[in-house]
Amino acid sequence: MTLVLPAVVGVLFASGTYLLLQRTLTRIVIGVSLLSHGANVLLLLSGLGAGEPPIVEGHTTPVRAYTDPLPQALVLTAIVISFGMTAFLLSMAYRSWRLTHSDEVRNDLEDRYLHARGGGPA
Amino acid sequence: MLLALLALHVAVALAAPTVAGRAGRWVFAFCGLAPAAVVVWASGRAGGILAGRAVEETLRWVPALDLAVTLRVDGFSLLMIALVSGVGVLIFAYSWSYFEPRPDLGRFAAALTGFAGAMLGVVVADNLFVLYVFWELTSITSYLLIGFEDDKEEARGAALQALLVTVAGGLAMLAGFVLIGSAAGTYSLSQVLAEPPTGTAVGIGLLLVLLGAFTKSAQVPFHSWLPGAMVAPTPVSAYLHSATMVKAGVYLVARLAPAFGAVVFWRPLVVGVGVATMLVGGWRALRQFDLKLLLAFGTVSQLGFMMALLGAGTPEATFAGVVLLLAHGAFKCALFLVVGIVDHEAGTRDLRRLSGLRHALPITFAVAVVAGASMAGLPPLLGFVAKELAYDGLLADAHQLGLAPLAGAVAGSVLTFGYTARFLWGGFASPVDVRAGAPPHAHRPSAAFLAPAVTLAAVTVVLGALPGLADGLSAAAATALQEHHEPPHLALWHGVTPALWLSVLTVVAGVALFATRGRVEALQERVGGLPGAQEAYDRAVDGLQRLSEGLTGVVQNGSLPVYLAVILLTAAVLPGGAVLLGGSLASPPPLAESWAQVVVTVGILVASVATVMMRRRFAAVLMLGSVGYGVALLFVLQGAPDLALTQFLIETLSVILFVLVLRHLPDRFSHHRWRLGQALRWVVAVGVGVFMFGFALMAGTARTRQPISRYFLENSLPEAGGHNVVNVILVDFRGLDTLGEITVLVVAALGVASLVRASRRGEPAGP
Repeated sequence: MTLVLPAVVGVLFASGTYLLLQRTLTRIVIGVSLLSHGANVLLLLSGLGAGEPPIVEGHTTPVRAYTDPLPQALVLTAIVISFGMTAFLLSMAYRSWRLTHSDEVRNDLEDRYLHARGGGPA
Repeated sequence: MLLALLALHVAVALAAPTVAGRAGRWVFAFCGLAPAAVVVWASGRAGGILAGRAVEETLRWVPALDLAVTLRVDGFSLLMIALVSGVGVLIFAYSWSYFEPRPDLGRFAAALTGFAGAMLGVVVADNLFVLYVFWELTSITSYLLIGFEDDKEEARGAALQALLVTVAGGLAMLAGFVLIGSAAGTYSLSQVLAEPPTGTAVGIGLLLVLLGAFTKSAQVPFHSWLPGAMVAPTPVSAYLHSATMVKAGVYLVARLAPAFGAVVFWRPLVVGVGVATMLVGGWRALRQFDLKLLLAFGTVSQLGFMMALLGAGTPEATFAGVVLLLAHGAFKCALFLVVGIVDHEAGTRDLRRLSGLRHALPITFAVAVVAGASMAGLPPLLGFVAKELAYDGLLADAHQLGLAPLAGAVAGSVLTFGYTARFLWGGFASPVDVRAGAPPHAHRPSAAFLAPAVTLAAVTVVLGALPGLADGLSAAAATALQEHHEPPHLALWHGVTPALWLSVLTVVAGVALFATRGRVEALQERVGGLPGAQEAYDRAVDGLQRLSEGLTGVVQNGSLPVYLAVILLTAAVLPGGAVLLGGSLASPPPLAESWAQVVVTVGILVASVATVMMRRRFAAVLMLGSVGYGVALLFVLQGAPDLALTQFLIETLSVILFVLVLRHLPDRFSHHRWRLGQALRWVVAVGVGVFMFGFALMAGTARTRQPISRYFLENSLPEAGGHNVVNVILVDFRGLDTLGEITVLVVAALGVASLVRASRRGEPAGP
């Protein structure tokens, strides 16, 4: 365990969260990408730390010297899936732009109506 | 067998709509089979139960959780069954005459059968949860019955009020059951009563259970739903008031009182509420003009009487309460049936308009007089026997209860006498009040219409004149509640006792009350209504509505950033607080494992912050790509070449994808003027970041076991024949996971393709 890797996780999550809270669709998609990078590093952290790549050649190297392969398998899956999601989100942003010529997430009209009815600050 | 009888109710209720489609009104004969079967069964088993041998049945439901449907019939349950199913049979017979053929009779008959079954369940359930389920089922079926005329707004409102009040009380009761049951270590009612638990939690539990019983039995201040429920068809009112629903609360209190009567608040609370209810109900009944409403307030009053007697928990009062329960079931049901007949034949229930019905409806009048006299407590009727016993019991227990309950009972009985006289005089004898219009013409009811009411009146007379006939049942019921007490024998004549003098006093004062009814009415006018329980209910419902609207308005404000911020902050603050409070770090870890790691990390940090800061779309995407490549370098340093390779590839593809889409969009992000909003976003973002940093640090150093990957490393080559362990995990050890991953990709690809194609086809005429 080191200090720098948790720091990477923290900064990636902070930046990703900030972008996720924006109204511009593109920035939200970028934020999601940053968050998945953060999650990948976090997964990797759950291994035991750096080591030899887990490529075994008979019994020449002791098992302990390898880095943990399981988080790697998880991260590999995560990378591919987050790519699929990014592609999907981007095409949604693209379609939204084609249809409405807007790249912004608007407030839900029905909810605004409820809000006004409930007497909350408009 | 009991279970089968309950199932029979369900089956009959389900079949009722179909039967009604073919048979019309005869559906009531079909549905009456269910309570009739119960009566037959109970008569067969009565011998053993009266001798003190309770019938028990258990259906193991979820053995692992120790949940069982336990049913138990002792003497008291038998008496309740006699009321629930015995009166039930008569109600079905009466409904046959009461209703004109109409298309929705099946629905009504089904709900009524379900109601009878649910009430049967309440009085035979031994497991507290089973009791609760049946209890709420009576609330739901009564909702359907009260709101039967669903095209009337009044009916819908009354049904909803009954449901809200009784279900709210029922929920409190459930919480009370859990508290009591967990303190007792068992949820069996008979076992809890055999060894009552003690403690603060049990006290709170009892208060909650009492809340349920008070709402169900229409005790002050929750009584207003019961008069409102008068909009129901008369058979429902008769059944609901005499044998079911409102008796459930009294039943439960009667069960609990002997075991928990010694709890410090029990007697003052239960007896106090009961007596108050008796007085309020009686007082309100004296000013009603609708015969049905008059009876409804009378029921409220009598329920208070029963609550006080059975809640006192002393042997004498309990015995009196049991007899009153029986007497009230008979006379109140008869009176409601009479009102139904009057309404049916004369077309009105307004006692100012009714006149001279004693000549037009002589048999109905006779039934009303008998049942009314029993209600007023006149000899030689069952109501008199019950009232004498009540006075006797309250006198005998005066050293425990004080004289106030006795005084309250006498005053309440005077009011009862008064409103009974008002009922009989106004309904059958009074000269017509010309201001209210001409008296209606009354038809003669058929014999079948009269039969149920006549039967009940006969029961009242026979059991009053020969109380020995009810001796066995009421004694067994009282013994089931008070084990070590030998109840006295029922008798019409007890000799010249203080109770007799109190009865005389009651009658004299009652006659005086009736004689001065003009002045009493004037007084009622001047005093006005008591602080309205109905108004309190209306305000509570209004307030709740406004509160939920306000809350929804605040919580559901339509802004996606706000929703996300709330979710993210919760995710960060709650576990973050736990990390701060309970977490610990064994030893501060080193800064990094290599200098290269530090360099790459700094690169990622800079690129990541730059991604956020860029105002131009392409610049932001390029910075995002840099972050991705940086992470790939990290993977290389970490000893994960596969990851690095994939990451480089995917990052490149992502950037290309972004560029493809972004070339359609404006160059710069739109500008936001609201600085406070951005500042708040930073607060949330930094909070999440700090939490994730702490979490990663703590989780990374918290390992206590060896990772399971040793297995993969050792078996990759011999078992799967692969050198690259990561690949072997993906395609072999965890192959199914990979299949799932591929499925996700396929779905995403389908989504992308259809979104892009759709937008081509549906392209608007604009730019």
